[in-house]
Amino acid sequence: MQLDELKAIAEKKKASAKKVCLRTCLSAGCISSQSDVLHKNLATEVKAAGLENDVEVRRVGCMGFCGQGPLVGVDHKEGKEELFEFVKPDDAKAIVSHLKGGACDVQKGDPQHPFFAKQVKIVRANGGIVDPENIEDYLAIGGYQALHHALTEMNSESIIDTITKSGLRGRGGAGFPSGIKWGTVAKSPGAKKYVVCNGDEGDPGAFMDRSVLESDPHLVLEGMAIAAHAVGADQGFLYVRAEYPLAISRLQIAIKQAKALGLLGSGIFETPFNFNVDIRIGAGAFVCGEETALLASIEGERGMPRPRPPFPAVKGLWGCPTLLNNVETFANISAIINKGADWYASFGTEKSKGTKVFALTGKIKNNGLIEVPMGIPLRQIVEEMGGGAPDGHSVKSVQTGGPSGGCIPAEHLDTPVDYESLGKLGSIMGSGGMVVMDDTTNMVEIAKFYMEFCMDESCGKCIPCRAGTVQMFHLLEKITQRKATKRDLDKLEELCDMVKNTSLCGLGQTAPNPIQSTLRFFRSEYEALLQPDATGAPVGANGTAKAH
Amino acid sequence: MAAKTLTINGQQVTAEEGATVLQVARDAKINIPTLCHLDGMKDVGACRLCIVEVVGTPKLLPACTTVIAEGMEIKTESDRLRKYRKMTLELLFAERNHVCAVCVANGHCELQTLAYEQGVDHVRYDYLFPKWGVDTTHERFGMDHNRCILCSRCVRACVEIEGAATKSIAGRGAKSKIISDLNEPWGEADSCTSCGKCVQSCPTGALFNKGSTVAEMEHDRSHLDYVVTAREKKLWVTHA
Ligand SMILES: Cc1cc2nc3c(=O)[nH]c(=O)nc-3n(C[C@H](O)[C@H](O)[C@H](O)COP(=O)(O)O)c2cc1C
Ligand code: SF4
Ligand code: SF4
Ligand code: FES
Repeated sequence: MQLDELKAIAEKKKASAKKVCLRTCLSAGCISSQSDVLHKNLATEVKAAGLENDVEVRRVGCMGFCGQGPLVGVDHKEGKEELFEFVKPDDAKAIVSHLKGGACDVQKGDPQHPFFAKQVKIVRANGGIVDPENIEDYLAIGGYQALHHALTEMNSESIIDTITKSGLRGRGGAGFPSGIKWGTVAKSPGAKKYVVCNGDEGDPGAFMDRSVLESDPHLVLEGMAIAAHAVGADQGFLYVRAEYPLAISRLQIAIKQAKALGLLGSGIFETPFNFNVDIRIGAGAFVCGEETALLASIEGERGMPRPRPPFPAVKGLWGCPTLLNNVETFANISAIINKGADWYASFGTEKSKGTKVFALTGKIKNNGLIEVPMGIPLRQIVEEMGGGAPDGHSVKSVQTGGPSGGCIPAEHLDTPVDYESLGKLGSIMGSGGMVVMDDTTNMVEIAKFYMEFCMDESCGKCIPCRAGTVQMFHLLEKITQRKATKRDLDKLEELCDMVKNTSLCGLGQTAPNPIQSTLRFFRSEYEALLQPDATGAPVGANGTAKAH
Repeated sequence: MAAKTLTINGQQVTAEEGATVLQVARDAKINIPTLCHLDGMKDVGACRLCIVEVVGTPKLLPACTTVIAEGMEIKTESDRLRKYRKMTLELLFAERNHVCAVCVANGHCELQTLAYEQGVDHVRYDYLFPKWGVDTTHERFGMDHNRCILCSRCVRACVEIEGAATKSIAGRGAKSKIISDLNEPWGEADSCTSCGKCVQSCPTGALFNKGSTVAEMEHDRSHLDYVVTAREKKLWVTHA
């Protein structure tokens, strides 16, 4: 494969575009509401109406507005765009007749709704537009040209320099600067190196990575290949959780198609660069998202974390230097190579560059996936894009960062969404879960929910996390059952501090966050549940025993 | 190998590059409590009792897996460390059934000794008393899961020293359990060579020689040490 051949395929594909394109979301969310049947029906109806030459019926990935799904997008060649929401398989006929000017009572969405209008799409630019199972779609929008550029015009140093200058930080949760990580792997001595993509996505309520993998698998593969060239690796692993079968099958198709065109495999773009990617499937443990546990799992060992250092960048898979990044991190790479570090750094804040994908869920009118520039005030996401809490309720708090994160109370909604600002409020950016809670939510129950999750998902290796999460969960249960006293709350706080400071890996180290953050902003909800102890000592900080 | 100079509790020590904080401290006769560490086996940093403070590092580090660096200033004792170690031991006592008075290892147990040493005089957490079984299917040894602290020393002894890999961990979190082969009764585990290295490595009364009654089970670490030392020094290699 040479660049002109690549461009020829892209041009041919573009030239074959029909007057109208009917895009149906065939991501897991919409499929669960029968969008696969709908997609077939649309094809049948288009044929029945004799419109095959004018209308393309395209399978696409996630369009983002998942709460309104199944979604069908209609692109007219002259530029008009339409959106249909809550489309049922039986609506196919009506939609096709609408193309011929007929009446159609399927609910219409507004492509200019703030939910869409306020987004800046880099990672999700092709999501809901390209057919994830057809590499030609990806090539038509310029796919794999960044890889060509990186292989022929750039070297390890200049690529890493570009990534560093772009300010890209890891999207897996901790926000570690990607350029520094790439540089460490590149510099680590070793004949064999690996690139690993973390698609384990275990946070409750998070589905950003699934959507990227299901909607645009080549984007991630291209990012991994560029990374491999930069760090000197020739083998990649994509670790995907078993609960994502559709993502896995689309990745398999994508890898096969890329190989067939010589975009993966040996001698890519007729350079000496070889890169193969294999898929590894997780077995349902949250902790396998932790990098050292993930690597152990790939090696066929029990997925348990080990102390760092040595970091994977120095000693990873089978002792070799290994670059491990999150799905979304890799999905940013080709855009940065194509458009440059400065372009990328023009989005976001001083220390948090680019965009971030969030899964906006919970007690909010507009559910779905959004990609926003870093630094956007939380209020804009929740109120303008999300439409606030439904059924006349008000937003009480926004949870970010899943079981490692915290709850941001409504009075702090003007906080800009960036790594530092969220950290100051005792939460974290995390991988992109954003759960909105309304005024009916009991914050102690929320803390208990996350603690139960951590308790069940603790790998059991280290004592503070294994035994500490059990005791913390029991104390929270005692509190919610109104059987606890001030002493129990003190014990809980002491355990939070101890588990955080002594646990081996990030799971235990961050497990107390949901408790600490709800205690920080909603302490009175805990205190209201406490009982006076045997000494009759008063409950609560203000020294008054609360009556029940 | 280059030598590194560092201080532990203000005392200056010199050690070889690549040594761990625990090795250096022990050579200098400075006691650091440990449970999952056993000489001759890979360290896993699991029990967290050996945590130390290192000046300039915000995180507490496990001495057993932290490699020394030039100029390191290490503190092995502080109020905070003592408090955390005590809590860790309390959590263990509350987690499973550790009633020393009726245990085969009473008086010869590392958990018990550490509890005395660290001043654990009571446990403030609710005892969970889960009902784990006792596996007495092996003809020579027994395993009482109620006494197990999941330190994984038996697992490592079995794979690293004996090379049998009979023992491993199944399940996760508090539900983790030491198993033989693919969760067979120990007596039916084909890979077990009946060497007893796991038994000798166990810090508590979880693994015992059959026939021992209360306070009779003394673990003989020299058994393990002998094999490891002999292997490191290649005592079995015949030089022709
Ligand atoms: C308990 C735990 C679970 C994690 N789960 C994930 C995950 O599902 N996906 C992910 O990308 N990173 C996860 N991480 C973070 C990874 O360890 C690692 O930092 C990240 O994948 C690095 O990629 P990045 O630099 O691109 O963010 C998890 C960390 C911990 C401690
Ligand atoms: S902190 Fe929890 S998940 Fe991490 S190693 Fe310890 S027990 Fe396992
Ligand atoms: S049986 Fe003994 S050696 Fe094995 S994990 Fe349990 S306490 Fe440790
Ligand atoms: S001896 Fe170091 S963590 Fe157990």
